[in-house]
Amino acid sequence: MTRSKRIRSQSTKNAVARDERWLHFYRQMLKIRLFEEEVNQLYLGAKMPGLAHLYIGEEAVAVGVCEALRQDDYITSTHRGHGHCIAKGAAPDKMFAELLGKAAGYCRGKGGSMHIADQDTGNLGANAIVGGSAGMATGAAMSAQMRGSDQVAVCFFGDGALGQGLLYEAMNMASLWKLPVIYACENNQYNEYTHYSETTAGGLTARAEAFGIHVEAIDGQDVRAVHAAAQKSVDKARRGGGPAFLLCNTYRFHGHHVGDVDRAYYRSKKEEEEWKTQRDPVKVFAQWLSKSKLAGGHLLDRIETEVAAEIKQAVTFALAAPYPDADEVDQHVYA
Amino acid sequence: MSTPRHSSSPLRRLEKGKGEGSQSTTVGAATREITFAQAINEALAEEMRRDPTIFIIGEDVAEAGTPFKVLSGLVKEFGTKRVIDSPISEAGIAGIGVGAAMTGMRPVVDIMFGDFLTLTMDQLVNQAAKIHYMSGGKLKVPLVLRTTLGATRRSAAQHSQSLQAWVSHIPGLKVVLPATPYDAKGLLKSAIRDDNPVVFFEDKMMYQLKGPVPAEEYTIPLGVAEVKRAGRDITLVATSSMVHVALAAAQVLEATGISAEVVDVRTTLPLDKQTLIDSVKKTSRAIVVDEGYESYGVTAEIASIIADGAFYYLDAPVKRMGAMDVPVPFSPVLEDQTVPTPETVAHMARQLCGKA
Repeated sequence: MTRSKRIRSQSTKNAVARDERWLHFYRQMLKIRLFEEEVNQLYLGAKMPGLAHLYIGEEAVAVGVCEALRQDDYITSTHRGHGHCIAKGAAPDKMFAELLGKAAGYCRGKGGSMHIADQDTGNLGANAIVGGSAGMATGAAMSAQMRGSDQVAVCFFGDGALGQGLLYEAMNMASLWKLPVIYACENNQYNEYTHYSETTAGGLTARAEAFGIHVEAIDGQDVRAVHAAAQKSVDKARRGGGPAFLLCNTYRFHGHHVGDVDRAYYRSKKEEEEWKTQRDPVKVFAQWLSKSKLAGGHLLDRIETEVAAEIKQAVTFALAAPYPDADEVDQHVYA
Repeated sequence: MSTPRHSSSPLRRLEKGKGEGSQSTTVGAATREITFAQAINEALAEEMRRDPTIFIIGEDVAEAGTPFKVLSGLVKEFGTKRVIDSPISEAGIAGIGVGAAMTGMRPVVDIMFGDFLTLTMDQLVNQAAKIHYMSGGKLKVPLVLRTTLGATRRSAAQHSQSLQAWVSHIPGLKVVLPATPYDAKGLLKSAIRDDNPVVFFEDKMMYQLKGPVPAEEYTIPLGVAEVKRAGRDITLVATSSMVHVALAAAQVLEATGISAEVVDVRTTLPLDKQTLIDSVKKTSRAIVVDEGYESYGVTAEIASIIADGAFYYLDAPVKRMGAMDVPVPFSPVLEDQTVPTPETVAHMARQLCGKA
C-alpha cells in the first residue's frame, strides 16, 4: 500500500467511526425521548408513584456533554435527571424499576426519580435540592485532582440554580484551585413556573466570568455544538486547565413536572409550539444526519424501532419486577 | 465573625468544682497529660499519617491552625495540599467535603463555630445524611465535620450555641460529643475511620483541659457511653461540657451524703441507651444535662428513653437541664445564668433525692 493510500484508508476508517459516533448520539437522544414519553404514560396511567420532571426538549445537552466524558468521569444531576442518567450510560430497565419503587431499581427503590444514582457510570446522583450538588461535583473534582486520577466532574443544573449561593461558593473554589469541573447550566428558560428573566439580574455567564472561569454560551438544541464545547472544556479540565461554565440554552417541552399541564399562565402555547416544531433537538439532529448523508430515513427509522423496543422491554421488566421487602426500610441508613 | 478570645479560665462554668474527676478510663503505661486540643491534633496527625486520603479543609486551618490553635503544626507536616485554607464558605466546603468523600477521599471539614452549622445544613442534612440511603447503599460519605459548642466565652448569641440536637435529629448522621482528652482522641480516630458522615463537637472552653492520654494507639467505638463516676443514689447523664459540670456536682453532692453516678453518653447518635437505662435502674433517679437549648433538645430525647426503659425503677420524675431558652447574651451577668452549673445541678439532685 502506498503512503497516500494508507492515509486515505485511515481517514476512511476515521470517517466511518465518526459517522457511527453521530448515530450513537442520535440513539442516545432518542432513548431519552422515548424513555420520558413512557414515564409520562406511566404517570397518566397511574402506574407510577409520585411525580417526575421530564427532560424532553433538552436531550442534546445531556448527550452532547456526556459523550465528551469517560465512564469513570463524574456527573451530578438534578430533579430533571433522567436524561443525564441515560446519557452517562445507565440502563432504562433499572431506571424504570427505580421510578416505580422496585427492588431492581438502581437504588432499590429508595431514591426514585429525583435521586437516581449509578456509581458504575459515575453518576453521583440526581438531586432534589436546586443547586444542591454544586459543592458535591466540585468536591468530586477536588478528589480527582488530589488522587491524580485525571477524572473530570460535570455539575448539571438549571437556570433556577443561579439563584442559589452554594453555586457561587463552589465556583469560586473551583477557579481558585483549578479543579477539573464543568458547570453545565441548562437554561430551559423557566425556574419552575417563572421565567428566568423575572428572577435573574445581570448576565447569566457574567456570574462565572466574575470568578475567572472560562465561559461558553451554546445553542442547547444542537447536539454537535454542545458536544464541541463540552469536549473542548473537558479536555482542558483534564489537562489541569481548570473549570468551565457552559450555558446551554434549551427548552423544556413539558411542564415543570408531569402534572403541570395547564401552563398558559406562565408561557404561551405559541411559544411551546415554536420550540417543538422548529427547535426540537432530536428532529434538528435527524435533519442534519439526513442532509449530511450520514443516515437516510430508513436507517433512522430502524434506530427508532430498536430504541422503542428496548424501552418497551425495559418498562415491561420494571412493571413486573417485585417491590423491595418491607424490612428493607431501615437498611442502608448507615454504611 | 469575631476572633475568639482565649479565656483565662478554660472552664468558666466550674466556679467551684474543677471537674477533674473524670479519669475513670483505663489507660496504658506510657500515659502523658495532654490538653484536649493536643488530643484532637494528635488524632488528626496519626490518622493522616496512616491514610493519605484524609485531608483537612476549613477557614484558617493551615498556618493559623484555627483561631483556637487546635490544628497548629499540621500544615508543617502535611502541607497545604492536605491542610487547606478555604474561603469563608461553610456551605461550599461542606459540599466539597461530601463530594470528595463520595469519590475516595476522607475529608475532615472544619466549621469554626457550631453556630455556623446553620450555613452547612443542606449539605449535611439533605445530602450527606441521605446519600447512602437514597442510593440503596451504593454510595458512602465518610466525612467528618468538626465544630465547636459552648457558651460562657463572652462571645454572644452567634458564637456560643450548642446545636448538637439539630444534627442528632437526622438519621444517617453520627454525632460525637467528647468530654475528655482521652475520649476526644479515641473518638475522633473512630469518626475518621467511619464510613458515615460524623459531626464532631468540641467544647471551646475545654481545649486547654488536660487529661491522661496513652502514647500508644487506641480508638473508642462510637455508640458506647461511659460511666465516668460510679454512684448509688442518682444518675447524672451528661454530654461534652456538661460532663464536667456533672462531675463537679457529684463532688458537691458527696459532701451532703448523696452518691451520684455520672454517665457520659459520648455520642448522641448512635446513642447507647442500655448503659443509661441500666444506670438509672440502679439509682432510680436521673437528671439529663446538656448545653443545648432545653426545649426540644438532646435532654428531651434522653429523658424520654430513660423514662421508658427504667419506668418501674424510678423514684422521681426524670429531670432535664439544658441551656436557658434565650439567645446567648453577651453580658457576663446575663450569660452565666443561661447554662447549668455544678450548683444548679446539685440543687436539682438534692430536690430529687428529697434532701433539698
